Amino acid sequence: MSSVLVTQIGVLARRSMLKTLRQPFQMFPIVFFPLILLAVNASGLKAATRLPGFPTHSYVSFAIAVAFIQGGMFSLINTGTNLAEDIESGFFERLALTPLRRVSLISGLLVGVGVLGVLQSAVYIVMALVAGAHLDAGFGGALVILALGALTAMGFGALGCAAALKTGSGEAVQGLFPLFFVFIFLSSSNLPRNLLRTGWFHTVATWNPISYLIEGFRSLFITGWDGTALWRGFAVAAGLMAIALLAVAGALRSRMQRT
Amino acid sequence: MKTHGSIGRVALTIAWRSLHTYVRRPDLFVPSLVFPLVFLASFAGGLTALGSVPGFHFPAGYTAFQFVFVLCQSSMFAGLFTGFSLAFDFESGFARRLMLAAEDRRGIALGYALVALSRAVITLTLVTGVALATGMQITGSGVDVFGLYGLAALLVLVGYAWAAGVAFRFRSIQAGPLMQTPVFLIIFLAPVYVPLNLLQGWIHAVALINPATAFLEAGRGLISGVHDHTGLAYICAAALIALLSVWMLTGLRKAETSA
Repeated sequence: MSSVLVTQIGVLARRSMLKTLRQPFQMFPIVFFPLILLAVNASGLKAATRLPGFPTHSYVSFAIAVAFIQGGMFSLINTGTNLAEDIESGFFERLALTPLRRVSLISGLLVGVGVLGVLQSAVYIVMALVAGAHLDAGFGGALVILALGALTAMGFGALGCAAALKTGSGEAVQGLFPLFFVFIFLSSSNLPRNLLRTGWFHTVATWNPISYLIEGFRSLFITGWDGTALWRGFAVAAGLMAIALLAVAGALRSRMQRT
Repeated sequence: MKTHGSIGRVALTIAWRSLHTYVRRPDLFVPSLVFPLVFLASFAGGLTALGSVPGFHFPAGYTAFQFVFVLCQSSMFAGLFTGFSLAFDFESGFARRLMLAAEDRRGIALGYALVALSRAVITLTLVTGVALATGMQITGSGVDVFGLYGLAALLVLVGYAWAAGVAFRFRSIQAGPLMQTPVFLIIFLAPVYVPLNLLQGWIHAVALINPATAFLEAGRGLISGVHDHTGLAYICAAALIALLSVWMLTGLRKAETSA
């Protein structure tokens, strides 16, 4: 990779991070929304740990995995909204007129999202431990969570970029949030799949890739090192990233032609 | 001269116009229907196993138990979404023109209240139909069911009065989170997934003093025919409507001053 490319990616990554970090209304949902939901669900659903077959006695350890996915979804909204704002304000068009390479433009954004993904994952781990969760895989597991958190954030962030490039509207990107929230609801987010007794729901949750992403994070908290859960989790995050990048490439091509 | 007739005329005109807009715009119509259905599917379908937690006894079954939560949540959110429409009408300038034209501006507040109730009728009909089609049992009598929907109507007005008060004060859709967040928190800090006696720790203490607990317990009592806190729920709802109507009408005065 040429040094020019590295410089371009570095500058855009820094801008992408600062743009989120400097806006409290973007930071607030990332940090507090998943934690509020965790607090409410962990208390309200604690009785579920008394069900035969429930894998742990700590519902916080079970439920914290969902926070990482919610964090990823906020990456989608924030990255997409920021890029759409750049398109709406004309900044994107001015960038397109510079010798900046297309790959730097998107890579810079996504590297910034990845770093934020690491930071938000670290916050969730610390808050979970404070709330009484047990990280069965130990310090090594925490590092794997940071890596999976970053990859998840980048995957969702890339989807946000694709939506922003396609629509050029922050409002349209925001409209995607509820759609993705449905994926969380129809997954193994609240109970393990072996305890989903309603037939159709069990089928939907089994086919829903978000279930495997959640179970990847969850396994490190409640079962330690579970190779199957981990490879499935990483495969879903990488698959999401690959599909999103394909969508970004297509949308970027059309956007540049219009520019 | 302002008369009851003039309030009624303004209210009916606004109600017709807003309802007409609502049913003709899928971006407003679809989310208000999809969300309750997703909640119903996710909670009633995905958490059925909680019905076998030791100490959980609900004669009408877990689907009916969760249906009442979805009914209460949808009712309050029908009111909230109408508050969004009001804020949007202010942002677009329509509500300001309306304030100039209305004979009695209290008719504006009443008109949007009728919109909220009409929207709730559409949502609750659909949610009830889906719940019954998927096997929900109602063990309460016809009078109980009538009482349940009466309570739902009061909750629509609670949600609406709160959101309209915010909309009149801020006159911008940016105040949306301020409308949603308190209602969302109040609803989820109640016995959503299991009965009050199975909640533990801080959430039990909060749920004990939360009016939403009375709404849920009364609703579940009515649907199952085993009455629980019905009178208290009606008193709480009526008191909240009275209190929030003052909040809404003082907001209307502020909007008049500003206009």
